[in-house]
Amino acid sequence: MGREKGGAMVDKPLDELTAALRALLPADSVITDPVRLRTYECDGLTYHRATPGVVVLPETAEQISGVVRACNDFGVPFVARGSGTGLSGGALPRQDGVLIVTSKMRRVLEIDLPNRRAVVEPGVTNLAITEAVRDQGYYYAPDPSSQQVCSIGGNVAENSGGAHCLKYGFTVNHIEACEIVTPDGDLVTLDRMDPGYDLLGAFIGSEGTLGIATKITVRLSRAPEAVTTVLAAFESIEQGGQAVSAIVGAGIVPAAIEMMDALAIEAAEAAVACSYPEGAGAVLIVELDGPEREVVRQFARLQEICSGAFELRTADDPAERAAIWKGRKSAFAAVGRISPAYIVQDGVVPRTSLPKVLAAIDRLSEEYGIRVANVFHAGDGNLHPLVLFDDTEPGAGERAETVSGAILDLCIEHGGSITGEHGVGVDKAKYMPRMFSAADLDTMQLVRCAFDPKGLSNPGKVFPTPRLCGEVPGVRKGVHPLVASGQAEQF
Amino acid sequence: MKMDGLERTGVTVREAGPDDVVGGVRPGVVALPESVEEISAVLRACAGAGLAVVPVGGGTKLHWGHPPERCDVLLDLCCLNEVVEHAAGDLVVKTQAGVMMDALADALAEQGQELALDVPFAEGATVGGTLAAATAGPRAFRYGTARDLLIGITVVLPDGTVAKSGGRVVKNVAGYDLGKLFTGSYGTLGVIAEATFRLHPLPADRRYVVTELAQRHVQEVTAMLAAAQAEPSAVELDWPGGDAPITLAVLVEGSAAGQRAEALREAIGAGAVTEEAPAWWGLISDDELLIELRFPPARTGDVLAEVRDTGLSLRGSPVAGRAWLQPTAEPPADFAGLVSGLRERLTPVGGRVTVLAAPYESVDRWGPVSALPLMRRVKERFDPDRRMSPGRFIGGI
Repeated sequence: MGREKGGAMVDKPLDELTAALRALLPADSVITDPVRLRTYECDGLTYHRATPGVVVLPETAEQISGVVRACNDFGVPFVARGSGTGLSGGALPRQDGVLIVTSKMRRVLEIDLPNRRAVVEPGVTNLAITEAVRDQGYYYAPDPSSQQVCSIGGNVAENSGGAHCLKYGFTVNHIEACEIVTPDGDLVTLDRMDPGYDLLGAFIGSEGTLGIATKITVRLSRAPEAVTTVLAAFESIEQGGQAVSAIVGAGIVPAAIEMMDALAIEAAEAAVACSYPEGAGAVLIVELDGPEREVVRQFARLQEICSGAFELRTADDPAERAAIWKGRKSAFAAVGRISPAYIVQDGVVPRTSLPKVLAAIDRLSEEYGIRVANVFHAGDGNLHPLVLFDDTEPGAGERAETVSGAILDLCIEHGGSITGEHGVGVDKAKYMPRMFSAADLDTMQLVRCAFDPKGLSNPGKVFPTPRLCGEVPGVRKGVHPLVASGQAEQF
Repeated sequence: MKMDGLERTGVTVREAGPDDVVGGVRPGVVALPESVEEISAVLRACAGAGLAVVPVGGGTKLHWGHPPERCDVLLDLCCLNEVVEHAAGDLVVKTQAGVMMDALADALAEQGQELALDVPFAEGATVGGTLAAATAGPRAFRYGTARDLLIGITVVLPDGTVAKSGGRVVKNVAGYDLGKLFTGSYGTLGVIAEATFRLHPLPADRRYVVTELAQRHVQEVTAMLAAAQAEPSAVELDWPGGDAPITLAVLVEGSAAGQRAEALREAIGAGAVTEEAPAWWGLISDDELLIELRFPPARTGDVLAEVRDTGLSLRGSPVAGRAWLQPTAEPPADFAGLVSGLRERLTPVGGRVTVLAAPYESVDRWGPVSALPLMRRVKERFDPDRRMSPGRFIGGI
């Protein structure tokens, strides 16, 4: 691995590697200019920053393979980046490494409607896939809120979700195959149809630590016959929560069930004037879709369930639907209107624990004097608390950080997860031991050692403690210095 | 054999009998652990003594795959037969691996829920075996396969390490998904001890549209069904091959199933709407010799043409692109040649031909796979001493 460098010290492997990269790629695809490098120093989680040693903008899978091989030759780590919208620092670059940006790989290679699939390059945006097939009555189902900009390669790395994964699942349920460059630089195809281990399933959601997807075959879904979106305003979050339980209890699986609390509604109102019902303690957005006859019946049932709502709005066409979703979709950015700074949290609890967990978040909020706006995918218990603070106030950032971490503890305590869709990245690696035992994490890292024994592919992400794999399993070659110093563990 | 260590674990061990044979290989003993800890104790003891282990659930698929190179201990999970937790309000169930799939279905149905995973055997299949072999049935078209419904797993590694991944919430991207890796791993990476699944509400109603089709119409009709906004849950074919007619059956689930099924019947232009599934629906009737085909749905026509004169029957989903082939009468004389011929002709149209079960040594069961070297590396990390179902799976893994 490249030496940790400080200040103006020269990183020899990186310099030599850069020369090799220039031989592999067109001149304008290798960036070393410090000013330009800085534009890549963070992803959507801006408080983790590092200037990449060198940035490359490959145009083909072969070029990525070449870059990765060169990284192997010089023992230099690499990080892949799509559009850089991730919220866990998964694409945080390495100062001593190469950042491989897929933004030049934006071709839709094949649309195959008879087989309901499309083959795309990793830099293609999520929404571009749907736009390419919408007129034919198809779409790509996973819809993270950043779908206008986020890349499908990044979606594969993070196993991205979205509001509609309650019914339709996540990225991993909609990917048929990936051509990947392994951490050794080999081009390999992982295909759902192939016999053998489900390496495709293991690869998706591995946050760039098992290689880089260079060609992705996505499954396309047929547009539903009917879509009905309902907005129900409740006086309290408890009432909203009861409605959610009743919907699930009635055997209805809506495409989405979203909830916002009063503070989140206030923010959305200030930002986009979404005109949600005044005085609502909670707003519930329920989207029903499917065959028209089913949707009509479910809607009738839903109206009964939401009889406690003080206002019910229904949208049957795209414009009305967009009006209902407007406030929800703007929620993250909107809190900027009511708070100078904020942390977006992403945790999951079993849906039935929502009332208890929300009450506990309230108590935390009071105890630390930190406001928390709650926006969540209520159907699957995925919370996105927005922890608000004033970054000019001394100590406020720390208190917000404490509240944010305590919310994750609540999630774990209730049998949930520290991340539902944003990923672990660098941001949550330290929380992994709270959710998983050392044996769990060791076992996961066996997969990493199989794919990336040298630990060059996006090191420092997902796992809190680096593990040394050894070239040959089972063969020990004395105690590694990192092990001796307690900085790493060995199998 | 060095069985002393195994006895010291206190786990029930019995001599193996003729019914315990794995692909013709008779194990030394059968161990019957009753908890995850006991599985761990058995595997630790086996690791210490260098014993090879084959895990087994209901034993319905023990003759699938390649015979193990050796099998000292058959690890029978029948005693891990508890449904650990059915959180109906969360649509989630956690179950031990030895629970029978039909018993699980009964338990879930009491709360109006189901695991939307069809099992190809009327009885005897366990949760663990269903996951380990990754069998898929008709409704995989709508709900995905086992790996899509599994949200958490507890496994025991060959050295006795107990590890889990995922959890009991559906939406969860923390850490690697070991559940996907172990689903379909044929017992070669470790032992599946517990599994947590996402559930679905039982549909209010079910209808089947059943009709006979001429081979030349199958492609067109099934393409229409795959794209139909009436959203069938499954579309299946059953065909003895040759000149025999092809039976098509379509499943519709939901409170308006009757109306939607009628609409599909009209769109097909023939058939009857029934409340009961055809007797053959989703079942493997005889699996002494069994091939699985995977193919792009739009190549169904090519698949039928290739299968027509092989003496094999076909059953499966033209919309999911998955079907089983079985001999209609006597096993074909040159089975290896038949398989390689099918592979040669279906590979160019994107098909895969996998021999799930066959009593022959000489046949290439899996065919070429791009990621095999990576799979070997995974195996080497999880089972460096090659003691878990050695030789059972792809590439002799």
